[in-house]
Amino acid sequence: MNPAFSVVVFTVATGAGQGLAVAVALALLIGGPIETPFVRVALAVAIVLLVVGLAASFFHLGRPARAWRAAAMWRTSWLSREVIVLPSFIALVAAWWWVSGDATSVLATTLLPLAALAGAVLLWYCTAMIYACLRFIEEWAHPLTFVNFSLLGLSSGLMLATALTALAGANPVLVPIAAAAAAAATLVAWMARASALRRNAAIRHRSTLQSATGIRSPRLVQTSMGMSAGSFNTREFFHRASLAALARIRLATHVLAFALPCLLAALVATGALPALAGVVAMLVQLPGLIADRWLFFAQAKHPQNLYYQVVS
Amino acid sequence: MIAALKALFGRGEAVAVAEPSNTPARQLALVIDLNVCVGCHACVTSCKEWNTGGAAGPLFDDNPYGADPTGTFFNRVQTYEAGVFPNTETIHFPKSCLHCEEPPCVPVCPTGASYKRKSDGIVLVDYDKCIGCKYCAWACPYGAREIDEARQVMTKCTLCVDRLEDSSLAADDRKPACVKACPTGARLFGDVKDPDSEVARAIRERGGYPLMPEWGTRPANQYLPRRVVAAVDRREEDPASDPGAE
Repeated sequence: MNPAFSVVVFTVATGAGQGLAVAVALALLIGGPIETPFVRVALAVAIVLLVVGLAASFFHLGRPARAWRAAAMWRTSWLSREVIVLPSFIALVAAWWWVSGDATSVLATTLLPLAALAGAVLLWYCTAMIYACLRFIEEWAHPLTFVNFSLLGLSSGLMLATALTALAGANPVLVPIAAAAAAAATLVAWMARASALRRNAAIRHRSTLQSATGIRSPRLVQTSMGMSAGSFNTREFFHRASLAALARIRLATHVLAFALPCLLAALVATGALPALAGVVAMLVQLPGLIADRWLFFAQAKHPQNLYYQVVS
Repeated sequence: MIAALKALFGRGEAVAVAEPSNTPARQLALVIDLNVCVGCHACVTSCKEWNTGGAAGPLFDDNPYGADPTGTFFNRVQTYEAGVFPNTETIHFPKSCLHCEEPPCVPVCPTGASYKRKSDGIVLVDYDKCIGCKYCAWACPYGAREIDEARQVMTKCTLCVDRLEDSSLAADDRKPACVKACPTGARLFGDVKDPDSEVARAIRERGGYPLMPEWGTRPANQYLPRRVVAAVDRREEDPASDPGAE
């Protein structure tokens, strides 16, 4: 697939917003040393990220003014379900932010955080299923797609929470806790993503040129795709990056999205590095997340590509 | 079970059919005869010509007379080479929307713009509802859908639905433009659910097959495999049977 930058930004930004909301919710529910002013700042950042993601998604539409129609087919379409769940989740987090000033209310400290946890998981599930339900895109049609969308969101959200503890004047006790959680989540996310990347690289696709054309000959090659200068089919489904560029982006994913932020967060957690290193970890991870999501799309080989191999 | 459900929800459509116990809905489709397609692209150009002049507005053309012309087409003719030299075959292979009986592009559409017509099984896009999210194109394993870059809505083969029902056209013209244009009769058109139709007979008697059967999409359009070697053999045995032989 040819990665659409709007969708890359959308999934990275909303994923981090969800992860941050989950981090705050978990801290409150476990009874961590998290104070009200910090909760409000973190939730505000989460809302901004979610809204940025929602705005980015509009850039993927040919007819953004008709976007409201996309809520119609929730009975059959995961995209439609996401279109309903995302604004609902934003509204939920906004409501939580609205009441979060009162640290004694059960609504702000228990009920809405629980609802936000459920909402975040539901939204990750909808987002992942948009891709995982396409059975013939075999790189996506796997439970690891959901695992990776949620774990990467959680990792980036916790990394952001760590950075915020350093910047927003949180209780200093919170810094190593957030950093440790971020390091752990990033490590688990790395293992899950690495196994998905390995699986995808080794896939033997079910569709072949023989099944695509029904021509049984063992040696079958295309001599013309039927047009000379490309079409929607060649623009939308081929990323056109060189193998060397793909290798660089894969390396960037491993190092920037996972290894380096994980290491930095672990060092902040142990106290070997000051809290501000958490900010560096978050800034390092951002390009890594973009690279990783780009790779998620680029690595998916659409079966229609079998029909578009040779111009001649 | 399915027949019972159809009888329940079909609102009496079954009554008009001769065999009420076995009452398939209509499914219009093309059957492509790979024996006779010569790769002339007449179906491609006639498709473009008809569908660019329809009520939905012109189909996008970018730089049509320049070095890199591109645009929206509903139908393509591709060429494949099978076998090892000197025993190779060149096969021209027209490809358009297959109007699947289980179209994966339809349930994913978030707006309901993509739908499969109950009356004749044609898969269509309501251009007024389409938001141009391209998800249906991702969900089609065949690459049958192309976004119109000017109108920014998804477009696809309609089987020339506006010809089929135009009573101002002569009866013989009420079929897809590509079928009318094909000089060799490589494109058969009809109701594949009607066992007596030309297309159903061709599929049954000449080994018609669907593309990518592995995904369970059950394409309505089917292809007739080549029987070139057998035809050549017969001509060599009996020259009189070839009307072209003098």
